[in-house]
Amino acid sequence: MLTFNTQTKSTRNLAKPLVIAGLLTLGLTACSDNDNDVPPPIDPPIETPMEHSYSLTLTNLTYAQPLSPVAVSLHGDAKMWQVGQAASVALEKLAEGGDNADFIALEDNLATTTAEGPTLPGTSVTVNISTMDPAATYLTVATMLVNTNDAFSGLTGVDISTLTLNQEKSWRLNVYDSGTEQNNEAAGTIPGPADGGVGYDSTRDDIDLVGYHSGVVSKDDGLPSSVLTQAHRFDNPAVKLTITRTK
Amino acid sequence: MKVIKKSPITSTLSVLALALASSSTMAQDLSITVTNLTQGLYFTPVITAAHTNENHIFMAGEMASDELQAMAEGGSISGLSSILTNADANINENPAAGLLAPAMSASFDLTNDSTNTHLSLAAMVLPSNDGFVGLDSWKIPEEAGTYTVFLNAYDAGTEANDEIRGSGTPGEAGMPVPPPLDPLLGMNGTGVTDMESNDKVHIHRGSLGDSDMSAGISDINNSVQRWLNPVAKLTITVK
Repeated sequence: MLTFNTQTKSTRNLAKPLVIAGLLTLGLTACSDNDNDVPPPIDPPIETPMEHSYSLTLTNLTYAQPLSPVAVSLHGDAKMWQVGQAASVALEKLAEGGDNADFIALEDNLATTTAEGPTLPGTSVTVNISTMDPAATYLTVATMLVNTNDAFSGLTGVDISTLTLNQEKSWRLNVYDSGTEQNNEAAGTIPGPADGGVGYDSTRDDIDLVGYHSGVVSKDDGLPSSVLTQAHRFDNPAVKLTITRTK
Repeated sequence: MKVIKKSPITSTLSVLALALASSSTMAQDLSITVTNLTQGLYFTPVITAAHTNENHIFMAGEMASDELQAMAEGGSISGLSSILTNADANINENPAAGLLAPAMSASFDLTNDSTNTHLSLAAMVLPSNDGFVGLDSWKIPEEAGTYTVFLNAYDAGTEANDEIRGSGTPGEAGMPVPPPLDPLLGMNGTGVTDMESNDKVHIHRGSLGDSDMSAGISDINNSVQRWLNPVAKLTITVK
């Protein structure tokens, strides 16, 4: 179900001769300065850590599930959630209320960014992230499907160290359930526009294990007490994510 | 089904080892983890086997064998085990020592003979009438590394999906209800359907369920025991 594409942009090879030509030009210019009275200062060699930058584009593939502001982080070899494990409180806040502040602030994160607002169905958002930290080679992305009790999508602990410059990778992402709030779809429990209810509630009244989401039922498909309609149903995959290394 | 390959071992040593060994004549050591991705389904004892490329324990679009039917309707893997044994397969049975509960994983090792190049897996999903999670004849990679395969839920096409408490005996109506499921299911459902017009193995359309634990048409709880595919993840490390 999860797809994995690797693609190198063809412009990469074309760019090489241009760069070489540019260097040659610079070299010639420098030569003409040889009889300058003031010798150019010689900088001592400094070990500059290399900066890595990435551009991430997230597309909302659903019909009527806005995605909360997407959280992106780079970190060492770690997973921010795992099927069969209890969700952290930070993940619970993201999955129940769409609030990613605590998730962004997790100690393991070495670089973070967030989208400024929600990503509506049928739209995309692009965010950029940069790091000088050589250990920041694992990627986590998370966002809530806001017309649900505690559904979220994303990926975590994915090794991106082998990405070369301008290389891109894409994934189609499935929907998780944080397991922290029962999927009663009741009025007042869903933070998205379908309800405008409460997001995070510290009570854990569900299985308390992260797993895949079973989908919403809705009042049109057999759950009369649901505030959701047929329009809020979704299927896997719900999100397309593409990462491109830009530096 | 899509397969993702991670972290292949590409040391000179392993490349050399592969070069020295004619590629398909070696037994392989596999380390396998099966994860129930759902939060509301139980898997009956899982059977996993490496077998030749000519064998299948099921095929989408084909009629289920009696042995597959017994697994899909009642969770019994003895029939499948027996036909796999007769086909000289390498078999692992029941790695969770019983039901594989929601979101849980079970791990085991499997050494496959050189001719057993393909991997299959099956387990009934509960609650269902004849639903099962399946992998049909996945080619085992020759290159060392860790591979991930996501599995869907199938319908054996052998029993009407009435979604009410009943029997796990092949040919008898209703769903088997072992002890952990008993308090989780509704009662007195009148039955969703008594028809099974597609008698071939197919992707399960999912359960309907209802929200009434003491009446209604289904004994399945629609806000807990439905599912979206995939329902399982298989992580296979080729050593």
